Amino acid sequence: MIEGAIWRKWVFFYVPMALFLLFLLFPFYWMVITSVRPDGELYRPWNSINYNPFWTWKPTWDHVRYLFEETLFASWLWNTTFIALASTAISLVCGVFAGYALSRLNFPFAGSLGTGIFITYLVPQTLLFIPLAEMIRNYRLGDTPWALILTYPTFLIPFCTWLMMGYFKAVPKELEECARIDGASRWQAMLYIVIPVAIPGILSAGIFAFTLSWNEFIYALVFLSSPEQKTVPVGVTSELIRGDVFYWGPLMAGALLGSIPVAIAYSFFVEHYVAGLTGSVKG
Amino acid sequence: MGQVVLKGINKFFDSVHAVKDVNLQIRDKEFVVFVGPSGCGKTTTLRMIAGLEAISSGDISIDGNVINALAPMDRDIAMVFQNYALYPHMSVYDNMAFGLKMRKFERPEIEKRVHEAADILGIGELLKRKPRQLSGGQRQRVALGRAIVRHPRVFLFDEPLSNLDAKLRVQMRVELKKLHLRLGTTAIYVTHDQVEAMTLGDRVVVMKDGVVQQVGEPLELYNQPANKFVAGFIGSPAMNFAAVTVTEADGSLIAENSGLRIKLPDEIAQRLRGHIGREVILGVRPEDLTVAGSADLDHPCFDAVIEVVEQLGSEILLDMKVGESIMVASVEPTARVRVADKLRVAMRRSRLHVFDAQTEAAI
Repeated sequence: MIEGAIWRKWVFFYVPMALFLLFLLFPFYWMVITSVRPDGELYRPWNSINYNPFWTWKPTWDHVRYLFEETLFASWLWNTTFIALASTAISLVCGVFAGYALSRLNFPFAGSLGTGIFITYLVPQTLLFIPLAEMIRNYRLGDTPWALILTYPTFLIPFCTWLMMGYFKAVPKELEECARIDGASRWQAMLYIVIPVAIPGILSAGIFAFTLSWNEFIYALVFLSSPEQKTVPVGVTSELIRGDVFYWGPLMAGALLGSIPVAIAYSFFVEHYVAGLTGSVKG
Repeated sequence: MGQVVLKGINKFFDSVHAVKDVNLQIRDKEFVVFVGPSGCGKTTTLRMIAGLEAISSGDISIDGNVINALAPMDRDIAMVFQNYALYPHMSVYDNMAFGLKMRKFERPEIEKRVHEAADILGIGELLKRKPRQLSGGQRQRVALGRAIVRHPRVFLFDEPLSNLDAKLRVQMRVELKKLHLRLGTTAIYVTHDQVEAMTLGDRVVVMKDGVVQQVGEPLELYNQPANKFVAGFIGSPAMNFAAVTVTEADGSLIAENSGLRIKLPDEIAQRLRGHIGREVILGVRPEDLTVAGSADLDHPCFDAVIEVVEQLGSEILLDMKVGESIMVASVEPTARVRVADKLRVAMRRSRLHVFDAQTEAAI
């Protein structure tokens, strides 16, 4: 904490903190206020009288209603949830096993294999989608959720593997050795001891993976074409911007509703999540 | 039963030869302590017995059966680790029951054994707690409990007391000894603390650089160290060493260096006949040095200047300058000594040790 006079606390702590918060939260505020503002106010020129972009006296649910009644937003939400959960599940299972193997089993080339996995994570999606598109077409997966469920792990698995590798390394080796002396096989020791101890790490990997796939844009844009198959980020931007007309109200309402699940996921697991990132195992 | 035999055990980590040709027979019900400085191979040896480390060459057998290829779970051993290795997500009860559950014991039997062990260790109240809610000493007890519920043939201890504070360590040391007397299970204990080794062990194995230096009962190591390393490692404060040259004068042997000139007692002189004119290392424990009085005339004496006086209450440690070197003496608390005093110091003649200057082996 800041020591000394009260003014020091204000100058070095409260004021910078408030500015920082304002900066971070303003986009959310903007989303909220735009999504409940009637169209009449939204498209009023900036130099008209009574122009007040930061507040409205006539909040309306019209945009949200439009979103659910006139667009396929509900199915986009469902698609996104399903795709994000499925790809997260696949990536977590693979990442946990791979991370365990790379950090605990001393097999030849474990180190270079780990680096190799990391390098695949560094290949930008903007390049990778080209060969992937070819594969999706060959396996006739285009325009189905599987196109995304099977391609998201290309960046999620390396990510989960690396996070879990670090976490497993922080779990004392003796725990597992003790379990093996106690009568557990290597498999049982992992199942009953190492994985339960690593739950905070698994949760943070899961939340991260879920968020990454929830927000993913490029693959979703390329691999899905029919409106009813789209995910929230792609659906909102492609269906609510028609030509050069921006449907700001529904657009912002869609963005807001789309970010709520992620926000809930974060705030719900935030304690575990922080514990996972700092890798603390309290004996 | 729990008879452990190590035959020609070697361990290589890549090119490092960590454990060199260890041969040892541990009797049933015996408490054997491996002691040595860090990196001496004692923990590696223990881990090989546990099956956590592969054996590069040699055989380990328990009760006559070679167990080299057995998985840790099939060796019927229990191990207590330095950091306790309690399962943090399980209660104390589950920690202790884990080994029995893995071995498919019936629930009533598990319950009986866990409560039995908890009673022995006085942790009956803690069974529902999680490890993080326990103090260091309590965690140590749980770790012990987890080992004893299994009724294994051999207990392995890897520096189990070194994470405890000094007072608790002494207390747990006594309890370990009691526990061993009560259970009578063969125990192999690794420590770097020579006091633990001396107090706990029926026999002590001193190791250095992967080589067993001496195996023996605690007093045997103290009284008849096999070499300079064992002599210096066992005992606190450590034994004083002085490099001296052996010469002959008037039919008796004289050991001398720049600050020391003593007539060697006959029993040692006999052993040193072959070393006349050569350098040897003279060793004497601080507790075998006394301020020379009239009764000490037949003991070898030398002059010293006191540099530091350390009052310990039960004894006084004197750091003395003898010629170029420093020697430590432990004297009666009633001795009247001050810094810079000149003293005549007597060595108890029967307690002198001599070591070869090259091989460092006892002569």
